[in-house]
Amino acid sequence: MATETHEATGHAADAAASAPGMPQLDFSNWANQIFWLLVTLVVIYLVLSRIALPRIGAVLAERQGTITNDIAKAEELKQLAVEAEDAYNKALADARVEAGGIVADAKADIQKDLDKALAKADAEIAAKAAEGEKAIAEIRSSALKSVKEVAKDTAKELVASMGGKADAKALTAAINARMKG
Amino acid sequence: MATEAHGAEEGGLVFHPMDQFKLSKLFCTDDPSTAVNECQIDIGMFTITNSTLWMALAVVAVIALMVFGTSRRATIPGRTQSIAELAYGFVYKMVEDVAGKDAVGFFPYIMTLFMFVVFANFLGLLPMSFSTTSHFAVTVVLAMMVFLTVTIVGFVKNGAKFLGLFWVSSAPLALRPVLAIIEIISYFVRPVSHSIRLAGNVMAGHAVIKVFAGFAAIAVVSPVSVVAITAMYGLEVLVAFIQAYVFTILTCVYLKDALHPSH
Repeated sequence: MATETHEATGHAADAAASAPGMPQLDFSNWANQIFWLLVTLVVIYLVLSRIALPRIGAVLAERQGTITNDIAKAEELKQLAVEAEDAYNKALADARVEAGGIVADAKADIQKDLDKALAKADAEIAAKAAEGEKAIAEIRSSALKSVKEVAKDTAKELVASMGGKADAKALTAAINARMKG
Repeated sequence: MATEAHGAEEGGLVFHPMDQFKLSKLFCTDDPSTAVNECQIDIGMFTITNSTLWMALAVVAVIALMVFGTSRRATIPGRTQSIAELAYGFVYKMVEDVAGKDAVGFFPYIMTLFMFVVFANFLGLLPMSFSTTSHFAVTVVLAMMVFLTVTIVGFVKNGAKFLGLFWVSSAPLALRPVLAIIEIISYFVRPVSHSIRLAGNVMAGHAVIKVFAGFAAIAVVSPVSVVAITAMYGLEVLVAFIQAYVFTILTCVYLKDALHPSH
């Protein structure tokens, strides 16, 4: 019994811990926890308010600024791009008009040359044709003459073979009359 | 007698779910020949205990994240800096949205509370660790700090008009005294609920995990027990953040009352 009471008093300070109670309600160590909690909070507060929060705030502000600047710059570049596109389109239209002019000029030149060449060719063809016609006429007239002579000879021979004597003048007249028909 | 009772208990299931919350001196060895654990008694105000250690680790974690994590000041943040910025933005937006734009001056203070609670909660989830926020000594101080700040700021900024918080001018005149009594009671209950909510949630979760762990001694039950511990742990991760969030947002709500006492 004596030891029991002794143990009980020894446990008195430890009562909350050894009994199946809550260590949270053992008020003997509250001073310790409260002291160290205050130290902890003061340290965290100083670190945050002096170093961390201003730094993070600055970084965030800087980032916001960078983003705003970049967007403005992008807007500017976009404007430039639109201008460049307009200039390009204008240049393209001008070039098209110019190209059209050049093509028309070239066409006119070519037409002129062509006309000239055609006229020359026509003239040559006409000359050649005239020459040919002349040749044909010559050939025809010579052929006609030959025919006349052959016919005269043939007729004379025919008349002779039939036993008559051909009157040259009458023969020629008859042949000419025939040839005309 | 005490040892005998203890020995009898060893035979069956052993549940000591609250042992994890005991404060114990660091740099101290328990003499096993005595029934008393010398490390757990006579803890003085400035003694270094396991609670002190885990508070210090919370400070280290806060510094690691918020100072070393942001030391590069990168415009395009890395992973750690992103988390620090996320925490900053989260609390800043909360203060601005809930307590109002003129409460931004209290942002470092509220950020301190949030960072301490959230890190203490998460560090307390590490196996073999000590949950500093499971102790009423800690949460009561935190809640009283908020309560006193709110009350002092309320009177300094608004003077006697701060008492308008208790006088519901939109209610019928006959009801107002009744409502005033209710409002006053609710105002003074705030620090109590504010502190017990946090410590209670953290303590309950840890104790339940410990109870499930005790069941794991029975071979047949142990698979269920392990699954239950895993599930509870997942829930506790959620609770660790949510309780820090709730603590912070309530601080903002109370602060709003102090700055704008009219209903």
